[in-house]
Amino acid sequence: MNTTFIPNELDRKLIVATQEGLPLTPRPYHDIAEELGVSPDEVITRMQRMKDAGVIRRIAAVPDHYKLGYTLNGMTVWDVPDNMVQELGRKLGAMDPVSHCYQRPRHPPLWNYNLFAMVHGRTQEEVDIHIQAIVELLGEHNRGNEVLFSKRILKKTGLRIKK
Amino acid sequence: MDEIDREIINQLQRGFPICEQPYQEAAESIGISESELIKRIGYLLEDKTLTRFGPMYQIEKAGGAFTLAAMKIPEDEFDKVAEQVNHFPEIAHNYERTHELNMWFVLGTEKPEEINTVISKIEETTGYKVYNMPKLEEYFVGLFFKV
Repeated sequence: MNTTFIPNELDRKLIVATQEGLPLTPRPYHDIAEELGVSPDEVITRMQRMKDAGVIRRIAAVPDHYKLGYTLNGMTVWDVPDNMVQELGRKLGAMDPVSHCYQRPRHPPLWNYNLFAMVHGRTQEEVDIHIQAIVELLGEHNRGNEVLFSKRILKKTGLRIKK
Repeated sequence: MDEIDREIINQLQRGFPICEQPYQEAAESIGISESELIKRIGYLLEDKTLTRFGPMYQIEKAGGAFTLAAMKIPEDEFDKVAEQVNHFPEIAHNYERTHELNMWFVLGTEKPEEINTVISKIEETTGYKVYNMPKLEEYFVGLFFKV
């Protein structure tokens, strides 16, 4: 998983051509191929290779979770002992309402949290129930926690590589 | 949004094939026609139910880098600083959050060493410190919103 995939010139062109979205046409990969002046087989092979290498996490639809009613996204942050973070992180990550779970560096004294778990819900009660479940799961290892709710999306364009 | 739209959103969050006629293949398992699926994805993008549809790239797997960073900005300076930060093309998304550290953004660069350069530039431009919080370990990433 840690091996780095080196994108070739065509891969870079494919990323630029598709990073804003896949064409909404019956043969999208063929249309990309035509645009780039390569064969459709080449496009399909390189896309598949980037997917196998994890450069493409998946090809998928990304919903606006606010529009779907998941209006509350709480970034829960936890201070757990560093020697327990891996074990606890895996347990949190396995919970259904947790969409992302990471270990991140502390910045004391302002920021003492080392474990982040993003929790989504349609109501405040739903989020509170999820947070309570995490509190119970962490038990005595929880030395402090906070929930940061999003107030506003300031920007959401996703990754863009330079053309 | 009707039952078919829900089915499309639920299914296409899981994945989409790489083949000659991927819409045809996806449409079959939803039980609609290829043209109907293409039309509906178009509508869902247009009314912003979907923010995007296509490959989700992880540039850190291709030698690039991502990080999460936060800033502590006074209320009366917030909008100005948000604009300055968002102006950097490396900022993928940016949220205002309820905390003393009230601005949280993800930035991505093609080369790992560029992360620190961009952070320094943001600090220079805004005059505020950037708290860099790169992931040290990933335990799970799987966004799925059932509708």
